[in-house]
Amino acid sequence: MTFAITVDGRSVPVVPGQTIGAALHAAGIRSWRATRFGARPRGLFCGIGVCFDCLISVNGRAPERACLVEAAPGDEVTTS
Amino acid sequence: MTDVVTDEARAGEGVTYDLVVVGGGPAGVAGALTAALAGLRVALVDSSARLGGQYFRHTAVPARAPGLDRFLRQARALSDRAEVLSRHQVWSVTREPDGDLLVHANSPEGGAVAVRGRRLLIATGAYDRPLPFPGWDLPGVLTAGGAQALLKGNGVVAGRRVVVSGTGPFLLPVATGLAAAGAKVLGVYEAGGGLGLARHPLLALGKAGEAAGYAVSLARHRVPYLTRHAVVEAHGEREVEAVTVARLGRRWNVLATRIVECDTVAVGYGFVPQIDLGVQLGCATRHDVDGSPILETDAAQRTTVPMVWAAGEPTGVGGWRLAEIEGRIAGRSIIAHRRAPGAGVEVAAGEVAGVLARRRDRWRAFGAALQQAYPVEPGWQGWLRDDTLVCRCEEVPLARIREAQELGATDARSIKLLARPGMGWCQGRICGYAVACLAGEPQQPPRRPIAQPVTLGALSDTDTPHDSAH
Ligand SMILES: Cc1cc2nc3c(=O)[nH]c(=O)nc-3n(C[C@H](O)[C@H](O)[C@H](O)COP(=O)(O)OP(=O)(O)OC[C@H]3O[C@@H](n4cnc5c(N)ncnc54)[C@H](O)[C@@H]3O)c2cc1C
Ligand code: FES
Repeated sequence: MTFAITVDGRSVPVVPGQTIGAALHAAGIRSWRATRFGARPRGLFCGIGVCFDCLISVNGRAPERACLVEAAPGDEVTTS
Repeated sequence: MTDVVTDEARAGEGVTYDLVVVGGGPAGVAGALTAALAGLRVALVDSSARLGGQYFRHTAVPARAPGLDRFLRQARALSDRAEVLSRHQVWSVTREPDGDLLVHANSPEGGAVAVRGRRLLIATGAYDRPLPFPGWDLPGVLTAGGAQALLKGNGVVAGRRVVVSGTGPFLLPVATGLAAAGAKVLGVYEAGGGLGLARHPLLALGKAGEAAGYAVSLARHRVPYLTRHAVVEAHGEREVEAVTVARLGRRWNVLATRIVECDTVAVGYGFVPQIDLGVQLGCATRHDVDGSPILETDAAQRTTVPMVWAAGEPTGVGGWRLAEIEGRIAGRSIIAHRRAPGAGVEVAAGEVAGVLARRRDRWRAFGAALQQAYPVEPGWQGWLRDDTLVCRCEEVPLARIREAQELGATDARSIKLLARPGMGWCQGRICGYAVACLAGEPQQPPRRPIAQPVTLGALSDTDTPHDSAH
């Protein structure tokens, strides 16, 4: 009973109810953006919407916190 | 800020609620349900997809947790009797000329919503308190609560080979949870203590069953539990590949080190109460046992601002049982206030005297004792190097903070102005504790004009996270 989202075109399985951040982390994708100054890789840190490290763009929307956004079937996620 | 508020929708179509609750954890749900059962019109606003807060996290198929069945019944009863706005992030509360409170939130569709109420209950919980160390910003280093949220809320085990480090009793459920879910937990490194599990403060506090349960579970999974040890550096290129674990002295100075290979680190040094909304409204604060600013409340859970109550972690960290009891007391006090609005503290306090208040005071004493047993010692500052990021958002290394101090910055506020730590997206929630310690001053209540960035879209117009130029 999983569904799929795509991350930069690659298919990632999601258990219903999981956040985008959790699905990525579970699939071994642990960083999905680079910082502005040092271009350091970032992914999940606080896991509850406090740190803003996990920002990601879903279906072309403005950046959101991946640890808070629940994944929906067919979501297209782009990382930088 | 009015420009943001103009095209807000109104939740509840012209309704003024008797009570608006912010936060859907044990405190908020207990307070909201108590009031709703007495016939008050209640709205509860929470940022998560499901009620439960940080402790009663559950997936579609809930796992066993003490109290979870009961909480789910409470949550269902509440949904039948009150307006529950999930996935709504509150960013500010303002006061109308007639005294009503307007709770401003972002809706999941990206719009803005205002909920109007006569009374407010702040039940916004807490978040992990991390300490910086070299490499703490590598992917794979998570907060202890973050690892727990992945597991309990998403069914995702944070990693294969995991190191747990920090201080406080919370490390134990995190480590045993990960081990039971199949992770290889290479060690629990508790910076404090010095006594080991057999003399864990939980035992001294009469919680022998709980401590023994963790001890048995750690032993079964062969997880070493070492006190006066901590992760002081994380190594890796794109993500964490190993950590330096140090044996620590009494003040957490490094005595000896070794390398442990791992793919994941869960770190936590206690919790920071989330009090922004109260501070915005002008509620008085005080320092908790561990120095954290908390909202000052009376016996009836009232803050110093009329019509504003607080319950759970914003009034001091003490666990989910204490949070629920405080929520119930707040609910009762709010009911009493609606019946006799002019009666003052005495009536409201009288309502809650007795069993509930005594239980609250016992759990508070327990929470205070745990905070006392696990202080953060200053030696962690010696783990940092010049290039260690203190502020992750603005990428401010220790050297820039020291530079600001040499230029004359004497307190956290002026350090912030000169070196910009705490000026990024998280508004200092992650680095605020460390910056105050580095400045050598007590923790100050947060001065954030908004409790959450209004819309990231708006912010990112000038400042996008994908822009990695430079
Ligand atoms: C990440 C994390 C994991 C934890 N895991 C455990 C655990 O496994 N076991 C344990 O014993 N203790 C755990 N704790 C401790 C636990 O948080 C507390 O004991 C308990 O949850 C306190 O209850 P509460 O009602 O005060 O707050 P919480 O349960 O934290 O509930 C607060 C709620 O308010 C919401 N909220 C906050 N600000 C806003 C806002 N501006 N707008 C809208 N909603 C908002 C939050 O999303 C949350 O749902 C954890 C703490 C954290 C931070
Ligand atoms: S991981 Fe911290 S905000 Fe998402």
